Amino acid sequence: MAFTFAAFCYMLALLLTAALIFFAIWHIIAFDELKTDYKNPIDQCNTLNPLVLPEYLIHVFFCVMFFCAAEWLTLGLNMPLLAYHVWRYMTRPVMSGPGLYDPTTIMNADILAYCQKEGWCKLAFYLLSFFYYLYGVYLLFLLCTLSCSGAAVFGAGVQHSWFYTKRAPRTADIH
Amino acid sequence: MYPPTSPYPHPPLHQTHSGPPPSKALTNTGHTTNYFHQQNNQHLQPHLPQHHPPPTVAPPAVRPPHPSAAAAQQYTPALPTNALYDPPPQQALYCTPDAYYGQQTYHAPQAQQLQHQLPHQQQQQQQHQPPVNGVGAPLYPIVSYPSAPGSSQYGTLRSSQSPCQAPGAVPTLVGAPLHQHPQTSADTNSIAPSGDMPNHSPPYNNYGYPGMQPAYQQGPASHGDSSPSHALYGQQQPQQYAQPFPNMSTLSAALGGLSGVPELELEALMPVNLLHERSLLPDRPLEAPEPNLSPDLRKVNCSPQTFRCTLSSIPQTQALLNKARLPLGLLLHPFRDLQQLPVITSNTIVRCRSCRTYINPFVSFLDQRRWKCNLCYRVNDVPDEFMYNPVTRSYGEPHKRPEVQNATVEFIASSDYMLRPPQPAVYLFVLDVSHNAVEAGYLQHFCDSLLDNLDKLPGDTRMRVGFLTFDSTVHFYNLQQGLSQPQMLVVSDIDDIFIPSHDSLMVNLKDSLELVKDLLGALPSMFRDSRVTHSALGPALQAAHQLMAPTGGRISVFQTQLPSLGAGLLPSREDPNQRSSSKGVQHLGPATDFYKKLALDCSGQQIAVDLFLLSSQYADLATLACVSKYSAGSIFYYPSYHHVHNPAQRDKFRKDLDRYLSRKIGFEAVMRIRCTKGLSIHTFHGNFFVRSTDLLSLANVNPDSAFAVQMSIDDSLVDSSLACFQAALLYTSSKGKRRIRVHTLCLPVVSQLSDVFAGADVQAITCLLANMAIDRSVSSSLGDARDALLNAVVDGLGVYRNTVSTLQQHGLIAPDNLRLFPLYILALLKQKALRTGTSTRLDERVFAMCEFKTQPLQQMMRMVYPDMYRMDTISDQGSLHLNDTVVPQPRLLHLSAERLSRDGAFLLDCGSVLYLWVGKCVNEIFIRDVLGCPNYASIPPNMTDIPELETKLSERVRAFLDWLQDNRAFSCLFYVVREDASAKLDFFQNMVEDRSEMGLSYHEFLQNLLQQMSK
Repeated sequence: MAFTFAAFCYMLALLLTAALIFFAIWHIIAFDELKTDYKNPIDQCNTLNPLVLPEYLIHVFFCVMFFCAAEWLTLGLNMPLLAYHVWRYMTRPVMSGPGLYDPTTIMNADILAYCQKEGWCKLAFYLLSFFYYLYGVYLLFLLCTLSCSGAAVFGAGVQHSWFYTKRAPRTADIH
Repeated sequence: MYPPTSPYPHPPLHQTHSGPPPSKALTNTGHTTNYFHQQNNQHLQPHLPQHHPPPTVAPPAVRPPHPSAAAAQQYTPALPTNALYDPPPQQALYCTPDAYYGQQTYHAPQAQQLQHQLPHQQQQQQQHQPPVNGVGAPLYPIVSYPSAPGSSQYGTLRSSQSPCQAPGAVPTLVGAPLHQHPQTSADTNSIAPSGDMPNHSPPYNNYGYPGMQPAYQQGPASHGDSSPSHALYGQQQPQQYAQPFPNMSTLSAALGGLSGVPELELEALMPVNLLHERSLLPDRPLEAPEPNLSPDLRKVNCSPQTFRCTLSSIPQTQALLNKARLPLGLLLHPFRDLQQLPVITSNTIVRCRSCRTYINPFVSFLDQRRWKCNLCYRVNDVPDEFMYNPVTRSYGEPHKRPEVQNATVEFIASSDYMLRPPQPAVYLFVLDVSHNAVEAGYLQHFCDSLLDNLDKLPGDTRMRVGFLTFDSTVHFYNLQQGLSQPQMLVVSDIDDIFIPSHDSLMVNLKDSLELVKDLLGALPSMFRDSRVTHSALGPALQAAHQLMAPTGGRISVFQTQLPSLGAGLLPSREDPNQRSSSKGVQHLGPATDFYKKLALDCSGQQIAVDLFLLSSQYADLATLACVSKYSAGSIFYYPSYHHVHNPAQRDKFRKDLDRYLSRKIGFEAVMRIRCTKGLSIHTFHGNFFVRSTDLLSLANVNPDSAFAVQMSIDDSLVDSSLACFQAALLYTSSKGKRRIRVHTLCLPVVSQLSDVFAGADVQAITCLLANMAIDRSVSSSLGDARDALLNAVVDGLGVYRNTVSTLQQHGLIAPDNLRLFPLYILALLKQKALRTGTSTRLDERVFAMCEFKTQPLQQMMRMVYPDMYRMDTISDQGSLHLNDTVVPQPRLLHLSAERLSRDGAFLLDCGSVLYLWVGKCVNEIFIRDVLGCPNYASIPPNMTDIPELETKLSERVRAFLDWLQDNRAFSCLFYVVREDASAKLDFFQNMVEDRSEMGLSYHEFLQNLLQQMSK
């Protein structure tokens, strides 16, 4: 049962990471627009700020899931980003609403460059973790199918294993 | 935060009906005393033939407001006034694209629409002409304020003032002529003390003071005081010239057609051993270094008082800049009062088609019909109109036009540069009338000052004023023309503030002049017995914002304590025991973002908030200042203000107010700074809102605030020999004209480190570093900022020693033009803003920081390193002859007690304060002839003026003092400080070269630097 919960975590993380990738892309585009003068910083901050907490919460959410699933390695890989998010939110400018970005300082070249870099780094991280989770899902179901259906399945290859994995819980039920 | 609005196609007449809920404001009857530009008038103006615009054609006449038809068109809030400032790629930043494109149909349809609606509205106005006292059962309490003495004598104003005015009677700032003062005379600024005055070099006197008292000598002061610099220069010069710079030939090659000035450069780079050199100061206040340009370019370049760069030779690449370890940035004073300014009215303002740069003296004309932009290098066509030169009235000389002859010009902008009709001058005064304020007693002085200056307030016939007072409630004043006396409307619902009446609170000054005077006369006495201790500043500001939102303008807030009620209330954060802590200063940043958000809202509606803080207690200026910082306002602070106990602050307040009320003002302004391709703007410093990477939004612009800009080099400038910067300030003058002031600065690009050093401008570097340090102390910590300043000197001098200097010298050496660098940084570290160790109140520290951010360079340098002169030996030798007065020019002295002597009198010029320190044994003649006292003992302890005596000495001293104060924006305070007076502490705080609780002495500081450099 435990590993199926882990598999579920990975699948969920996979989906949520896809969402996070969109967040990161949105972030990068938004700062690029700021840099090229297409947007007013006040408007841009108003659109960006509400997205900060959801992004962080999504990440916290699947970190908690991994914790429950006792996936220590995955959790360990996510810890730096988690810590960074906490630090980032602790050191945000004085604001009454949620969010990180202050329209009066955002146009400062240092901060703009930092935010852009942050966006790219996060995008890279999320992309890597996306593939990692994909691999995690694959591996877990592989293990699952291996343990359920024996070594014969092993030769079925990647393409087929997906079909097996779909059926895997059922085979477990039968047993 | 910025609701999308569609300003033009639909004049928002309905707005007056959709204000606050009817339950709250019932007197809101849809008649608005607004101004109405007959835009169609402008539209009908026949187009001038493009080829030969007659030089006397007036700018398109804008008809004055028509007081009888003063209805119609209320300004839409949140207009992107300046979206067109930089047309296509620039989005209308505060509004939807609709609004942006909406302006295309601006003239005709709207004008017609207005015409249709106008009669209707007038009718409506007549129907709804409300009972003046608002008998329509308003739900808010109306207090007809306690009968002011004699107030009933004022009848309605209408009888006394002619309601109609001829359409052409608007006084236009720039009259008919096509341009004014086309001829530049180079010496116009020479009256300013710091101006471009001819560099007099008086005989190099022996400037040691033989009569120096032992008490003032610290350390080995006596040695070599006579003229050590001569000796040293004598030794060094041969060495210097014996080893010529290897880059001299490459330099001239790089500069292309520019004629280099190698002598200047060698002089600037001459090494000075700081540890040995004891007299670093020049005789006269330091001047900006001349950029190494050809004489033609140098002649037309922008005045260093307006536009100055920290490195007057721009390094070619960022790598070179990093190697030099000197900051690259601009110091700008764009709206300063100028004595002469070419004003250009023309149908087409010639700009580069791709980067939108205004044509300037540094463009190159390829032939008669084409010019090449000096910023983006695009080749543009010269429009036909530009071929005609209005100065010489000749055709075919585009390069002789005033735009191409002057680096500072002003254009009268056409309607392309406005998204709404130019706003009128609108001033709202928000006054604290709580018990604390009454105790401080500023109200009387404010009212007196405003009464004196009512006729000097900048503005035309459309000018409007309003008043708002607050304690725990907010009070509005109905000054509607026709009332017999002002009416006070009290709103006590501060949690949900609303405007009780929309049209009668901001009134036309001309129409309601008597009522305004009446109110100002009565205000001080109205609140004399106020016992309310609370202050609802936040709600009052919200109300002020709502009141001003339709027009924009200036809000002047007078606050005397920590806001304690309603939105924006603040806790007291200062711990008095931490004032002198050296560990670090807390609470330099804002406690809440309420004031910042309010400022951004204001900025979006073109409202600037100026803050006058007159508080004796901690009032959290760090938070309150945000309201001015981001709305491009100014901040004034009078610590421990009391009208009786603190006459000095009272006088300063009065003087500042006089200047503040009468100074020039520009509304709904934006400033864009463009620079040569490859350079980019890194950070701005000052009071504004940064709207995009190179655009500052300035709701108001005033002549006393300056800006600093940090630059970075993105791409290599190898291909260009010149780098140019252009600051263009688009604003609405107080007379309702849209104007563009353009400053262009041109500097050479260099490829050698030594050239970068040779062009370093120590004053500009110090100011920019101060700005950066203040940012750092807010974002990080004060300790960090101080370390960064120290590192800046260590790095700069270290690089010079290791790479540029060809001498293998021990000790601390600096190039001649940076010899004051360590001294200035030391002085900076001892400033109120950045000092540690000595007790500094948090508000005073924060105010000093705000001042650093907005003061122009000259003023700031006088604050950092005040000028000291000896006055008792003042003579006419080497004096300056201005018109018919002779201004003596005493030498500058180092700020060290060892330079003082008991038998002398010394003048210390700190920018806003002048101290005349009188030693105990000073010559009796000086006391008698200048101070008008028989002897030293009879000098009064709090003397703040020197008498006008008919003696030669007195005349000289007064001529010098007057000259110092000439052209200074805010008049300064003057104190005579006796050697034994208690006020001498203030004086000695400025002796920054001496060791004190604030830090090391200059010599120790140098030793410290040396240690750091050898690490």
